[in-house]
Amino acid sequence: MSKELIRLTGISMEYDGEAVLHSIDLDINDGEFVTLLGPSGCGKTTTLRIIGGFETPVSGDVYFEGKRINDLPPHKRKVNTIFQKYALFPHLNVFENVAFGLRIQKLPEAEIRQRIFDMLELVNLRGYERRNINALSGGQQQRVAIARALVCRPRLLLLDEPLGALDLRLRKDMQVELKRLQQQLGITFLYVTHDQEEALSMSDRVVVMDKGLIQQIGTPEDIYNEPRNAFVADFIGESNIIDGVMLRDRLVEFCGRKFDCLDSGFGANEPVDVVIRPEDIDIIPYRPGLIKGTVSNITFKGVHYEFIVDVDGFKWLVQSTDYQELGSTVGFVIESDAIHIMKKSEYSGVFGDYSSFSQEYDEDTAAPEDSDEEQG
Amino acid sequence: MKNKAKLLATPYLVWMVIFIVVPLGVVVYFAFTGDDGKFTLSNLGEITTYLPTFFDSLSLAAVSAFICLLIGYPTAYVIAKAPANRQRFLIMLIMLPMCMSFLLRTLALVAMLEDQGIINNLLWSLGLNRVSLIRRPSAVILGMVYNYLPYMIMPLHSVLVKMDSRLIEASQDLGCNGFKVFSKVILPMSVPGIISGVTMVFVPAVSTFYISKKLGGTSTAMIGDIIESQFKTSYNLNVGAAMSLVLMVIVLICMGIMNKFTGDGEVDLL
Repeated sequence: MSKELIRLTGISMEYDGEAVLHSIDLDINDGEFVTLLGPSGCGKTTTLRIIGGFETPVSGDVYFEGKRINDLPPHKRKVNTIFQKYALFPHLNVFENVAFGLRIQKLPEAEIRQRIFDMLELVNLRGYERRNINALSGGQQQRVAIARALVCRPRLLLLDEPLGALDLRLRKDMQVELKRLQQQLGITFLYVTHDQEEALSMSDRVVVMDKGLIQQIGTPEDIYNEPRNAFVADFIGESNIIDGVMLRDRLVEFCGRKFDCLDSGFGANEPVDVVIRPEDIDIIPYRPGLIKGTVSNITFKGVHYEFIVDVDGFKWLVQSTDYQELGSTVGFVIESDAIHIMKKSEYSGVFGDYSSFSQEYDEDTAAPEDSDEEQG
Repeated sequence: MKNKAKLLATPYLVWMVIFIVVPLGVVVYFAFTGDDGKFTLSNLGEITTYLPTFFDSLSLAAVSAFICLLIGYPTAYVIAKAPANRQRFLIMLIMLPMCMSFLLRTLALVAMLEDQGIINNLLWSLGLNRVSLIRRPSAVILGMVYNYLPYMIMPLHSVLVKMDSRLIEASQDLGCNGFKVFSKVILPMSVPGIISGVTMVFVPAVSTFYISKKLGGTSTAMIGDIIESQFKTSYNLNVGAAMSLVLMVIVLICMGIMNKFTGDGEVDLL
């Protein structure tokens, strides 16, 4: 598992003088499922295209199993790609699309047939061999694209927002299917998405990117529970990010109160960002000693209610199964393990307040982001 | 709604009936009747004397279409790969000769190729011998390629410019080098353009009469010339009509064969 497959060192990229990647370093181990996660324009697709050989970085090196492959053209790399919107060949049927890579390798016809039938079996497309590509549904085209890439038995599979064009239900199914394929075949996956939930549920490691920089690399649990800065905390799930002061190890002050926490290693009285996930807050009728707020908005979400609670002008998002009246005065109960402390960063103060709830928050969750990434 | 939409096609339908369907009927009528207006197959029988001419016309047109393809494909490819504003300029250059009369262009070619023409005078002034360039099949081919080349480039360009760059990347990703990207993806996907280009050159070329008259010798008369002379000098409308009909059938068969190669009828032009 731990053998290194791909290593990027100091990769920088620019288009027309505009920098899109700033000295990226990234290692990917053999057999791993790694996700590049970030908003549109963060440089994740560019990173993928550099590994695929479709872009040449301005500076930095790409290593494949320890060998520098900067100048190796795409067709000589042991890497296959599943493209955004699939890029299937419209002049070929399903069988010939999947056979494409194998025919280029000039494999014997019998082996080609065997491998294609096995692969179509794996992606549940047996019986579709003679179908025209345009006669397939989105999900079926997706599976042809997967089969076409995997049948070549690449060492590394690059997936560029492969599920972006599918509806929610199909996307969930394909997530499970992709993860199954990855584990079954033991191929390393490098997956690009802007969907944080997709990233968390599929990956061994998540690489969070923004503005051409890697913001954090870690397991999904790390990224969610221990975000390194306000951007990561906000991008992965919902977060209340509050200004605080670290009084000493394991003691933090915010909202005028002192709280025990689990974090240490900060300077005495260092200003910090405090992250508290909405599901980690208990709201109860107010009693002295608690953070005091007023419920200003309630949304029923099925599993739980979502409350916007106004605490001295700062709007908190709280998820709870207990109902509280609109306009009632409530108090917060926050356990020490629910409090996560981050160093101040350029993102401090940008995220984490839900005061523009009706516009911003709804937009964040409801409106699907435009899946078109910068293409160069 | 549907009936209203159909109504919009009425002007064209009327046009078609008056200028295409009726004349076609007249051609068929003349082809199967004699001077006395009675049904006969003798007109078709008479055509057999012109069989070599039919064959020459078809092969000259086929060679011209092929040369147009050889010249036109790389040209269309280069134009399609150029930046958008340069593309417009290049397309304009290709179209420019088409703004001039077809007769004028052919006469200009004659002026260049003649025994006392521009090229030969130039050779003479350089102290070289004059060469015979005109009144031979190759001159006819040159004339047809010159006149019909834009009709090859335009459909090829429109197919190549629409080619999805991601398909090219996908083929590289699957192991294609530059040559294989072309032979496995770009070429097969431009087949519809090739078919319509070849058709648009071949069909007018096979029935042309002016180019061969001006640039070809007496031995290289094409079927178009014969048909013209049937109407204008021999006043044998019936044989002329029969020849037109046979030519049309041959062209339709040729197009049908070419269409077979596209498989699923992607050619919108036919």
